[in-house]
Amino acid sequence: MAPVNISRVSKDYASGARAVSDVSLDIADGEFIVLVGPSGCGKSTLLRMVAGLETITEGTVAIGDRIVNDVDPANRDIAMVFQNYALYPHMTVKRNMAYGLTNRKMAKSEIDRRVAEASAILRLDDYLDRKPRQLSGGQRQRVAMGRAIVREPACFLFDEPLSNLDAKLRVDMRGEIKQLQRRLGTTSIYVTHDQMEAMTLADRLVVLNLGRIEQVGTPLDVFRNPASLFVASFIGSPEMNLFDAEGDGNGALRVGAMTIAHGHDRPVSGKVKIGIRPHHLMPAENGSAHGELAVTHVEELGTERLIHGTLEGQRCTLAVAAGYPAAERMGVSLNSAELHLFDGSTGRRL
Amino acid sequence: MKRVVFGHSWLPYAFLLPQMAIIVVFFYWPAAEAVRSSFYLEDPFGFGSTFVGLENYTTALTGNEYQRVARFTAWFTVIVTFLSLALALLLAVKADHVLRGASTYKTLLMWVYAVAPPVAGILGILFFDQHIGPLVDLAAFFGWDMKVGVNYNDTAIAMITVSVWKQVPVNFIFFLSGLQSIPRSVREAALIDCQSATRRFFTVTFPLLAPTGFFLLIINITYALFDTFGVVDIMTKNEPANNPVTLVYKVYLDGFRGNDLGGSSAQSVILMVLVLALTVFQFRLIERRVHYT
Amino acid sequence: MTVAETRSDIVAAAPAVRHQRRISWGAVGDHAILIIGSLIMIVPVVLAFLTSTHDVVTIHREGLQFLPGGEFAKTYGNVLFRSGGFTGEVNGVTMTVNSLILGIGFAVGKIVVSMMAAYAIVYFRFPFGTFAFWMIFTTLLLPLEVRILPSYEIVQSLGLTNTYTGLIVPLIASATGTFFFRQFFKSVPDELVEAARIDGAGPVKFFIDILLPLSQTMIAAMFIIMFVYGWNQYLWPTLITTDEGYFTLVRGIKQILQVWIGSNIPEYGEAMALAILAMLPPVVIVVVFQSWFVKGLTESDK
Repeated sequence: MAPVNISRVSKDYASGARAVSDVSLDIADGEFIVLVGPSGCGKSTLLRMVAGLETITEGTVAIGDRIVNDVDPANRDIAMVFQNYALYPHMTVKRNMAYGLTNRKMAKSEIDRRVAEASAILRLDDYLDRKPRQLSGGQRQRVAMGRAIVREPACFLFDEPLSNLDAKLRVDMRGEIKQLQRRLGTTSIYVTHDQMEAMTLADRLVVLNLGRIEQVGTPLDVFRNPASLFVASFIGSPEMNLFDAEGDGNGALRVGAMTIAHGHDRPVSGKVKIGIRPHHLMPAENGSAHGELAVTHVEELGTERLIHGTLEGQRCTLAVAAGYPAAERMGVSLNSAELHLFDGSTGRRL
Repeated sequence: MKRVVFGHSWLPYAFLLPQMAIIVVFFYWPAAEAVRSSFYLEDPFGFGSTFVGLENYTTALTGNEYQRVARFTAWFTVIVTFLSLALALLLAVKADHVLRGASTYKTLLMWVYAVAPPVAGILGILFFDQHIGPLVDLAAFFGWDMKVGVNYNDTAIAMITVSVWKQVPVNFIFFLSGLQSIPRSVREAALIDCQSATRRFFTVTFPLLAPTGFFLLIINITYALFDTFGVVDIMTKNEPANNPVTLVYKVYLDGFRGNDLGGSSAQSVILMVLVLALTVFQFRLIERRVHYT
Repeated sequence: MTVAETRSDIVAAAPAVRHQRRISWGAVGDHAILIIGSLIMIVPVVLAFLTSTHDVVTIHREGLQFLPGGEFAKTYGNVLFRSGGFTGEVNGVTMTVNSLILGIGFAVGKIVVSMMAAYAIVYFRFPFGTFAFWMIFTTLLLPLEVRILPSYEIVQSLGLTNTYTGLIVPLIASATGTFFFRQFFKSVPDELVEAARIDGAGPVKFFIDILLPLSQTMIAAMFIIMFVYGWNQYLWPTLITTDEGYFTLVRGIKQILQVWIGSNIPEYGEAMALAILAMLPPVVIVVVFQSWFVKGLTESDK
């Protein structure tokens, strides 16, 4: 159990490509941090630098109060759960879990105790003598976690552990991981490309793009106050609507022929982008409507309905209750309290 | 096995015919002949042959000469196999481990595969030559007066050296391929679980290489027993008299030089049984082989 | 509105710490071993080549040479063009041609025969199919050397000694190629056959239009391996070709041995030159087509 400090870390590959760019992050002891972003954003590279599986080109990584840049992975007091489990195919489940401890010359009684405990928590008691190839995907993933748990490390590292599982299993395992971490209180760094997973698991979320941190914050924070266009469109499902707009400098925004008042405390002029989530658009009667939506298609989700179309020529999605009738043209109004404004050129939040 | 197949007509037979024809004429027929003539003694004047039952076999197996050759073959096989495998494994592990220049090393280490055994043999003659061979000079430096071609043991050592030199590249290729097919994440997990590289090798890498290793074991034994014919033939410079030879070479000698058809055939059959046993053993092993993925 | 909590926004007072890469002694050791291994592989051949470019007297006097000499043209010219042997007809060039014929003939023959056989086994169900499979399988059990004598006798009785047919065809009698292609064909998705069927392609059309193009890399790999194997054949050509006009380069090595036996000063140079010539084409092919070659080898594992 220890804090992890990542300070101004960068990673360059021999080909010249820069995978991670000047990233700094302070992770508190016991915190569950999720690194999230699209493929190629550097999240896995960052995780692997903490693990010691990639060299660090610039910057330092400290686990506890020790800088570990030059320390072997086996000596960093970390445990890792891999995307494809990485179980030793020729060892039984039991030996897979015990292996790391055996190498550290731990007393057999202690090893047995830890393995039994982890096995109980993860419900692996019936599988201890089996080999990995005899287990299902979900079982293998639990063995991989068991291997990490028995180490009682300062920090857990998860590299997209649920990506190889089917959807339902993924949801189940998500909950298990969260509860497990709460129970053990170990600092955890978790990498995923699935923003839903990120939102549900994280104490704090780190959104990465092209090797840089876009935003760090609690899930709710990042959801409600995205710091950039990228974060706004990446976090939240269904995706946030984004419109090109023009501020008149007088408290109004123009989207095509539509005019909306914005609640921003400073005058806004010039090109901006407006973001508003589908749930914050409402169908409205002609009088109170801001504009008209030309409907293209409707998605039925059971719990609600997503109506897709164009508003002033730009794509727009509106979320309504399950039975709400959709017409070819619908009036919509925007909840101006829920407007997000982004600079037209930099994409950063205004 | 959800194999989709075509219905049969004459077509599959047509496709199969060339292969079957060739193996019947050039495999089964000779093999049957070998077995048949092993039970006969050819009349020296060419008037026919007499059935002698197992006499050829007993003569061969109890013969001093045969036993000497068999002993040498056994030693030769064990040493060549062991050295070729061990050296190749060492090189493969290092080549896999090294970050830079891996592909250059790979090329430099594998090309000898293309050298024919007799060509390797003639290089061996050069290097072990009485007058100008550098290896002879090297041995002399340590006080060892090597007489390859005259002294039995010296010749044996020369043959072993050449055979190992020729075989290491093949093993290297397979070991390297085997190493690289171990999933990367398993190796990374081992990096995290185990500090000592040696321990990692013996508890994780080596067991996972076992299937490749077993396969190579059989290949190497076959090589040492049979493919070294060229090496033996060249390095004994056609004077097998006092020189070490392998069992397969003796089959050739007795059959083609000694005109002992019966004896040579009997020896062939003995070798056949040996190879059969080896291959059955190998396939049994592969059947029980653990499929790891 | 939350300010991004990263320090990357803050102007750095001190430059980021640059991580120095230390020399790892382990890596030095690794490279040392690999370099030694590579040298052991290369040096003998290089020395042999360099030595072959000197005249015989120098070699005899001084031993192996480390620098090129001036006799390259003469020695290699002799080996290639001077006619020798009993009939006075064989020279390096004829031997090279024979080696080529053997190598290419064997490779092509093997590929054609084994592809067809593998196709029949994998894609058809017919009586005796399993029997045929096991018959072919059994040929893996006995290498040529073990049945050498009767094989020779049979070829002789067929009148095929000192012919290219007798040289090449008997070598094809083993299952290695068939198993290789069998394994490959089994990895081709079933859907392809089904789609072809729907498109009206019968077995022959499927084989020619779809399977063959798909097998290109495998065929290339097989060709390279088989060519090298054929070129390097020694025992069989030694027995079957007594007529010098059919000698291959590798067979010629045995002849060159005469220079060592009973000579005061063996013609080291020419012997080495022949050895170099005999190994040159296969080595070049293996090195140039390395990836295909390795792929072919490791995939015929079984």
